[in-house]
Amino acid sequence: MDAILSFRDIGKQFYGNRVLSGVSFDVAAGQIIGLVGENGAGKSTLMKILFSMPEIHETGGYEGSILWNGSEVKFKTPFDALDAGIGMVHQEFSLIPGFTTTENILLNRESLHRSVLTDIFSTRISMLDRENMALRSKKAIAKLGVTLDPNMLIKEMPVGHKQFTEIARELCRDKVKLIVLDEPSAVLTESEAEVLLSSLRLLANEGIAIIFISHRLREIVDLCDQIVVLRDGQKISELPAKGSSVKTIASLMVGRSVETQGQTDVADTYMNYGSSEPIALSVEQLWVDMPGETVRNVAFSVRKGEIFGIGGLAGQGKLGIPNGIMGLSPSGGNVKLHGKPMQLGSPYAALKRGLAFVSEDRRGVGLLLDEGIDWNIAFSAMQIQNKFLKPLLGGLFQWRSDREMLNLANEYIKLLEIKCTGARQRVGNLSGGNQQKVCLAKAFALRPDILFVSEPTRGIDVGAKLVVLETLKKYNSEYGATIIMISSELEELRSICKRIAIVYEGRIEGILPHTAPLDEFGVLMAGAKSETQQGGRSEN
Amino acid sequence: MKKLRLFLIENSVVITFIVLLAIAIPASKLPGQFLLQEILTRLGRSSFLVISLLLPIMAGMGLNFGMVLGAMAGQIGLIFISDWGVIGIPGLLLAMIISLPISVILGWLCGSIMNKAKGREMVTGYILAFFMNGVYMLFALYAMGIIIPVLNLELLLSRGFGLRNVIDLINVRQCLETFIPLKIAGVNIPVLNYLIIAAVGIFIVWFRKTKFGQDMRAAGQDRAVASAAGISVDRTRIFAIIISTVLAGFGQIIFLQNMGTINTTNSHEQTGLFAIASLLIGGASVTKASIPNALIGVILFHLLFLVAPMAGKNLVGSAMIGEYFRQFVSYGVIALALVLYEWKRVAQEDASRAMLRGGVAPDKGKVNTL
Repeated sequence: MDAILSFRDIGKQFYGNRVLSGVSFDVAAGQIIGLVGENGAGKSTLMKILFSMPEIHETGGYEGSILWNGSEVKFKTPFDALDAGIGMVHQEFSLIPGFTTTENILLNRESLHRSVLTDIFSTRISMLDRENMALRSKKAIAKLGVTLDPNMLIKEMPVGHKQFTEIARELCRDKVKLIVLDEPSAVLTESEAEVLLSSLRLLANEGIAIIFISHRLREIVDLCDQIVVLRDGQKISELPAKGSSVKTIASLMVGRSVETQGQTDVADTYMNYGSSEPIALSVEQLWVDMPGETVRNVAFSVRKGEIFGIGGLAGQGKLGIPNGIMGLSPSGGNVKLHGKPMQLGSPYAALKRGLAFVSEDRRGVGLLLDEGIDWNIAFSAMQIQNKFLKPLLGGLFQWRSDREMLNLANEYIKLLEIKCTGARQRVGNLSGGNQQKVCLAKAFALRPDILFVSEPTRGIDVGAKLVVLETLKKYNSEYGATIIMISSELEELRSICKRIAIVYEGRIEGILPHTAPLDEFGVLMAGAKSETQQGGRSEN
Repeated sequence: MKKLRLFLIENSVVITFIVLLAIAIPASKLPGQFLLQEILTRLGRSSFLVISLLLPIMAGMGLNFGMVLGAMAGQIGLIFISDWGVIGIPGLLLAMIISLPISVILGWLCGSIMNKAKGREMVTGYILAFFMNGVYMLFALYAMGIIIPVLNLELLLSRGFGLRNVIDLINVRQCLETFIPLKIAGVNIPVLNYLIIAAVGIFIVWFRKTKFGQDMRAAGQDRAVASAAGISVDRTRIFAIIISTVLAGFGQIIFLQNMGTINTTNSHEQTGLFAIASLLIGGASVTKASIPNALIGVILFHLLFLVAPMAGKNLVGSAMIGEYFRQFVSYGVIALALVLYEWKRVAQEDASRAMLRGGVAPDKGKVNTL
């Protein structure tokens, strides 16, 4: 088979940060390629290069070459790629909610009636040819092998129909030869996803090549002809789907090279920790409506004095858990703190009950960027616990005690090695790592019973990372505080947590001890466990 | 029950007005024939202005407070034909022709500025109208007679430059209304006005069906998706504002020829406010408005205007309450519409995410294979 698209040694760096290097593979007509990898493995960057998105040019282009139909191409804009016959179906629906299926499929490619006015002015004042439009959209839908109501409004459609509408839009281009689908099944139910997969097979039989990006490894194995695994910007493996197991792919994705690092030393930190400790926080049937991080049904419990880890790929809902419990996103379910039910939906109530949260959104939620370090550290404690306030005129007014705040700030600056010009420096001028330390200090100043730490080491340098993790451990052992750490970095979780829960599609896929082998985590992260189970069930 | 509640909330403005009128009309003790005559006249006078607001709403730019710019352009046209002494329908046509390029330039300016302030078009248009009012004043109070020669000295203040406060439109007064005289049961019907309004209505309907209209709807509903599909969103939006401004200019000319005089300094000031209030009273929202909304709105709004002073006098003993009511109602209804819009948007957003809440599996969509 001749390749219609070939990547040759594709590399890309963003400001010296290498995200792709030496990636090569071919796509033949009618072939379905599965592209898998963890978040940040380089999948989306590769697709952005293919479509020549503006952010690629703006950051200095890419290395290597792309061959389309055997000759090298350099598209100037995404529209050039579309004209050449490459279609893209995005993760988020790019459909107009108040338009019908037909109108969306033919968006900006409508059939027009020509008239005298058209010749005088421009084509934009010709009337739409609705009949012809209906015909064209029906043809595109038929290619997919599904039935869609051409006159239904997008906003009234079930999610599955939206996905098909979007694919039909790409099919409707005259000479489309390749379609890229980015996580097309992420929002679909199981039955919808099955229909989607059979539609895609139908398209492949017609000779259309497909690049299918998905975290659902079961689907990848079922659907694709060839699987390309990316890890840390490199092509780790390319293997035929036939005969590959979900487990092999999962472990290829996560990688084994670091398997034996940093496990033994942590075990003794938990010498004092035992299962006799009472349960500090129990969560049942938690749902959280956080955009992009939906939590559907989560249950876990954490014992007093434990450091509990929550991991999983981005977008699966791990970040939703702390944001929901702390009341930053709409949420519901049964959350019990020391056996007593907790009110959800109010950050004040959560803080008052002795919970604290170091947000993953440092600059947005975590800090008052225009204020000094002292203010930032003392702020929550002052608001919630009336610390750093002195009564005036017999308690008629409460006066802020700047000196106490300054002392506190200096204490934490020393403790956490915050690099700054002084306690009054604007937080906005600090580096990311030091900002993160201020966030931690702010949470510590509340002396919380239970501390949620979300992505504590994201975007900070190695030195600061170590200090942050050490401080967390220290706070845990000195005050017996319970810490729940949410992180995308599995290694980091394994280095300080004893138990790690992996979240997949808004549910806890499984909880593993930190000593469990890496590929078991990989299987959970890819949702392969439940999918194998489901597969078994449907066979029965 | 839920549907009924939704219906009541959706149409709360219209319903409130009908209730108000049901109380005020009998209380005013005005004769029916008088009311009918007034409403028919006012329908012919104001509808054009209200219809000029429709396209920007379709393009997702909200209520075009910038239409006041068009009203100014229309007034400038009328001022020139009064000076030159062109009479009757040709005078009106000339005024429209003069207003056209001014409206296009102002509309382009307004649209370009609104493109820089996406999502805040309404307040931008509102403030822009205040700003352009200053420029208009400069034109009316200084430029006329100094830079721009004025032939008819009666238009000027006694100091030799600057326009008088009131300009008499004796040359064109009510020439549309009297062009096709039709009287049924003692009530004069402004036939030509209605024909013009029908024409602009047909124009709007036709425009919606063109490619341009389709682009405008797409840009109005989701700018990002529209521009990803290759639609030039910014140009489309500017075009919507230009059409709106031009129509507002024509509308103001039709309005003022019926009134018969121009208040040089403030005829245009309340044009936007009253037109927008009328449209909202007719059941339109910030994102959705139709020609029936415009016509129903004009009827309800003006009925209340008519009966409020007499009703006020009969009920409270003061006719002033009517004038007070007019302002109160206009601003109140706009505020209500804005709040309702925001409330509905949040409710819809919540509803669209409802399936993600409550710890249940997503709604099983029905997809059938052939």
